[in-house]
Amino acid sequence: MPGCLKIKDVHVTFEAGTINENHVLKGIDFEADASDFITVIGGNGAGKSTLLNTIAGVYEADAGHIEIDEIDVTRTPEHKRAKLIGRVFQDPKMGTATRMTIEENLAIATKRGQKRGLRFGLSAADREFYKEQVALLDLGLEDRMTMDMGLLSGGQRQAITLLMATIVEPKLLLLDEHTAALDPKTAEQVLGLTQKLVTEKKLTTFMITHNMQDALRYGNRLIMLHNGKIVVDLKGEEKKLATMEDLMQLFRQNSQTELKDDALLLS
Amino acid sequence: MDILITAISQGLLWALMAIGVYLTYRILHIADLTAEGSFPLGAAISSSLIVQGFNAIVSTLIAGASGLAAGLITGLLYTKFKIPALISGILTMTALYSINLRLMGQANISLLGRETVFALFEDLGLASNLIPIAIGLVAVSIIIFILFLFFRTEIGYILRSTGDNEEMSRAQGVDTDKAKVMGIMIANSLIALSGALVAQNNGFADISMGVGTIVIGLASVTIGEVLFGNLSLAKRLMCVVLGSVVYRMIIALAINLNMNPNDLRLVTAVILAVVLTAPSLKDKLNKRAMGK
Ligand SMILES: Nc1ncnc2c1ncn2[C@@H]1O[C@H](COP(=O)(O)OP(=O)(O)OP(=O)(O)O)[C@@H](O)[C@H]1O
Ligand SMILES: [Mg+2]
Repeated sequence: MPGCLKIKDVHVTFEAGTINENHVLKGIDFEADASDFITVIGGNGAGKSTLLNTIAGVYEADAGHIEIDEIDVTRTPEHKRAKLIGRVFQDPKMGTATRMTIEENLAIATKRGQKRGLRFGLSAADREFYKEQVALLDLGLEDRMTMDMGLLSGGQRQAITLLMATIVEPKLLLLDEHTAALDPKTAEQVLGLTQKLVTEKKLTTFMITHNMQDALRYGNRLIMLHNGKIVVDLKGEEKKLATMEDLMQLFRQNSQTELKDDALLLS
Repeated sequence: MDILITAISQGLLWALMAIGVYLTYRILHIADLTAEGSFPLGAAISSSLIVQGFNAIVSTLIAGASGLAAGLITGLLYTKFKIPALISGILTMTALYSINLRLMGQANISLLGRETVFALFEDLGLASNLIPIAIGLVAVSIIIFILFLFFRTEIGYILRSTGDNEEMSRAQGVDTDKAKVMGIMIANSLIALSGALVAQNNGFADISMGVGTIVIGLASVTIGEVLFGNLSLAKRLMCVVLGSVVYRMIIALAINLNMNPNDLRLVTAVILAVVLTAPSLKDKLNKRAMGK
């Protein structure tokens, strides 16, 4: 089923008309098929976060079109697009309300895209359901459902945020370096959880990462951004068989600039 | 003894205002100066209506509703027109000064001999100096109970999450602008309600009675927090009420020590400065104690 996400010639410029004008996305053309798991790589400032934020509606595209599941969302405000999109951020603090409990956070996420009213936010049945869902994370948090989110570790928060992003099935899951702030072992766990959720629910997913190994290991498709453009797009067998050397090679070819600092990409 | 009773009743009636300040300052994390205008707005509306012969309870409720309107203006200036919250509040507060004067027709309305809510209850045979305490307690209990329930509803959740984490809230489909406007409206409604009750208790409404409202509100909120610490939401609201009462006692004490009433605002500011530094001071002392 093709056409889950269509991006047509999208441009984004920050502070247009000032001396700080910064043309960050310079014509992004992209189509993702349903249940594509796309890893996104590229140097610092290439525009990866900006691309995901523009898909999510944090920034509005200056030109071009964005369609999610055949719905044109180019001018749809962020909170309305949220119905279609689940997100996890780099900073574990960003994904949850820290002064609310685990179950309250999940209750907010469950209502994403629905009308909220003066009903109680948590019923006994809701509590039971969230407890079961959290138990599946295998972090032992199911007995601490009324604990404030702010008391959890970064990895625990990212796991809960992942659950929040997927508890109502989104059309798109956007992950912006969501394991970058975690220690290697925790990062590995959260990536495993990501893989599990994405495969089980067949979610169309974008995952930005600075870790080339992860970019190769996860997903069925890989794109590389450079200077606000998609310069590499590997799918199918090509993606499966790609090696680190291939990626470096592709980067050199496509960006037409010598990669000055390989560490930048490998970091 | 009389001073104590007066301090408690004043504290309870002003507590509604402090709860309003708590909503914007602590839950939404917005510094909203509308309070300085919505407090006298509540006083002006209820007093003018009572003088015209309206029922005191109805007048007081209308005063509360007027606070919603004041909050709506500030909220829209802040969210739709992107004016910083502080400035939005100042704009509304400034405009309200003229509006309040218009409503009252003069700088001062006396309620002596009028059927205020307090006079209504005198007929029930309560000792007259205990009536404000009774009414204050009832009003504060009802409001805290309603807020306690409200913050457990779906809409209550998004108000809290918006104050807590705006990015996350929008990512979860929350219209954070709407949530902020709603919060500012509820807060100013409570503040106007407080103004209406305080005016009726004092026996007059005065155009300048809003001056210093925000500082008194913040002082009550922080005194409550410093004295009673970090608790669940309903308990924190009760601490705001206690903070408001304690504040009034400190003021009563200052007056009792023959302090010039003109210096009271200075005292208030000093109290607020002291309680605001208290948490970090406590922290330092704790760390020092642990270091040893
Ligand atoms: N809100 C903003 N306002 C102005 N400029 C911005 C904004 N967000 C990003 N930029 C600029 O856009 C460019 C691309 O930033 P972006 O965050 O998309 O890069 P990135 O590829 O995610 O990099 P990194 O790997 O470092 O996260 C940078 O030059 C950045 O300074
Ligand atoms: Mg980034």
